[in-house]
Amino acid sequence: MRIGSGTFRRVKSRDLAYVALFAAIVAVLGLLPPVPVPGLPVPITAQTLGVMLAGSVLGAKRGGLALLVFLALVAAGAPLLAGGRGGLSVFVGPTAGYLYSWPIAAFVIGLLTQLFWKRFNLAWALIANMIGGIVVIYAIGIPFTSIYGDVPLWASFTGSLTFIPGDLVKAVAASVVAVAVRRTYPVIELPGRRAAAS
Amino acid sequence: MRWGRRPAEEADDAVAPGAGIELRDVEHAYGERVVLDGISLTLTERRIGVVGANGSGKSTFARLLNGLVVPTSGTVLVDGLDTRTQVRAVRRRVGFVFQDPDAQIVHPTVAEDLAFGPHNQGLPDDEVQRRVEEMLGRYGLADHRDHPAHLLSGGQKQLLAIAGVLAMRPRRIVFDEPTTLLDLSNTRRVARVIDELEQDVVVVTHHLDLLSGFDRVLVVEHGRVIADGTPAETVPWYVARMD
Amino acid sequence: MLSLYVPGESVVHRARAGLKLGLLAALGIGLFWVGSPAVMAGAVALVVLAGVGLARLPWRALAVQVRPVWPWLALLLGFHLLVTDLRTGSVAVLRLLTLLAAAAIVTATTRVTALVAVIEWLAAPLRVFGVRPARIGLVLAMTLRFIPLVAERAARIREAQAARGAHRVRLGMAVPLLIQVLRMAATVGEALDARGADDAPARRPRRRTAVAS
Ligand SMILES: Nc1ncnc2c1ncn2[C@@H]1O[C@H](COP(=O)(O)OP(=O)(O)OP(=O)(O)O)[C@@H](O)[C@H]1O
Ligand SMILES: [Mg+2]
Repeated sequence: MRIGSGTFRRVKSRDLAYVALFAAIVAVLGLLPPVPVPGLPVPITAQTLGVMLAGSVLGAKRGGLALLVFLALVAAGAPLLAGGRGGLSVFVGPTAGYLYSWPIAAFVIGLLTQLFWKRFNLAWALIANMIGGIVVIYAIGIPFTSIYGDVPLWASFTGSLTFIPGDLVKAVAASVVAVAVRRTYPVIELPGRRAAAS
Repeated sequence: MRWGRRPAEEADDAVAPGAGIELRDVEHAYGERVVLDGISLTLTERRIGVVGANGSGKSTFARLLNGLVVPTSGTVLVDGLDTRTQVRAVRRRVGFVFQDPDAQIVHPTVAEDLAFGPHNQGLPDDEVQRRVEEMLGRYGLADHRDHPAHLLSGGQKQLLAIAGVLAMRPRRIVFDEPTTLLDLSNTRRVARVIDELEQDVVVVTHHLDLLSGFDRVLVVEHGRVIADGTPAETVPWYVARMD
Repeated sequence: MLSLYVPGESVVHRARAGLKLGLLAALGIGLFWVGSPAVMAGAVALVVLAGVGLARLPWRALAVQVRPVWPWLALLLGFHLLVTDLRTGSVAVLRLLTLLAAAAIVTATTRVTALVAVIEWLAAPLRVFGVRPARIGLVLAMTLRFIPLVAERAARIREAQAARGAHRVRLGMAVPLLIQVLRMAATVGEALDARGADDAPARRPRRRTAVAS
């Protein structure tokens, strides 16, 4: 991107729009009918797919901010979580740790994606999404449940295992989409690289 | 030089009205790709149309006029203000309306969106409110004041987008294909709105009948202005060329 | 519009948003020092009383927010009965219930705009990352604007693909949808500039109706 061509300045407003867009995408994914799983107290939702996409399409900073914006709206009382949940109570519930993990997860996915950007393909995308979108989320969510529910870590951990298959499916989906989007509309730019077509 | 708010506004009044927009040897390239090439023009007419094939460079041309795009070489002056160095002052004089109304409505409800531009100009709240009311009334949006913008029809959305720009009281407005996504009756409505504006306008369009009352029409091809004259001179020539 | 706020004039409604959030945070930490089920039950009762008596909220407004968590609470209690004991279990469940009710009360009695103002204040440290707190209200508003827009564009792409014989919702529709909305967002960025967003005065933006409540 050439500073002389005047595009440098513009990036900031465009980034605001990208951040708002992905916050909205996470919200829209919450409108999809949740998949109920027998034996689970909460259904599987598509919103973590949005977390993965935010990180792997926008990169670390914008992806993380998108999820912060999303959570800010939820905290402010917008019922944007799957099943129409919202408000401050979701931030103190037993599964609140998973929510807190989302901005961090998107940030980590974005960081890894930027690291792999030059040779980004399905395999690298999968690695980024599994580390950021599964490992990070559980690493924060499980201890939180354990502390708030006063249950041992192992119990909280086993309880979460049932969600792993669904999360793997989402990681694959997010990776396929991220690689395809990068091909036609790369949003992440490396220093010294030319701007995305717009 | 950097202009603070004050000096820029003083400069606003210092410039003779009708000084116009001047392009000097303007070239613009996206990366290696040159999309505008050696354009020198002075735009002073009240109604100016821009036509040309897809990809000919019309949108890039339009974006030059309020500093959304800065030329890779050459200069664009709006009433003597350089779009490269005085972009804020330029944007306060030149409003811009895009093709897709959805892409320019940024607030969830109608009245909030109208307030956005005037608020950014730093106007006091009561003045912002006055302008919002004026626009709501003028464009028949008063009943929709607190409605979510996405419930408006396509034509209403484009009117809202235009009203949002007018609320900032620019001296000129650049339209980039303002009617392309609209049906016939909404196209006519927007055409009438443009026609009634007291501001100078530059309209990029594929709807040639929009241009009938215009003072001047530019035909763009491969990044060059290949014809420049009254609609009577240029439009039939352009149509014949397309056949 | 999209909000769980319940309009009212009570003392709780009129209390400052920052104060309410501060108390909620203090409660979240303080309750960990309580080990007796009786005291914890008292806390639940107190909070619910505050909601219904002091804030004059309808029961329903509280229930709506707490209901989705019931299965978790039941599961938690079941687990404790199996592994630890009733005492530990009931303290854990009651603690969560107290917090949930308190959070529900804050949400129901605080205007979205007031919460957004607190969020802006809390976001001040993010300046380090180049975030301008004053922009937060704008981004939140834009998000609310984009939600129906994205949903609508998704529906349109689904229709277009169905018209060409694709009947299930496929992953394939995500790619054209994302590219379309990314392009649109890039234009929105230009529109923000054209309408002077980076000109915005340093004073707090007026948020009279910023997030309809
Ligand atoms: N941001 C960009 N980056 C790279 N290339 C671009 C960019 N914007 C436009 N172009 C290219 O520049 C050329 C001119 O584009 P422009 O949008 O100005 O044409 P146009 O005359 O407005 O076309 P249309 O009638 O389709 O709107 C096109 O070939 C386009 O692909
Ligand atoms: Mg164009």
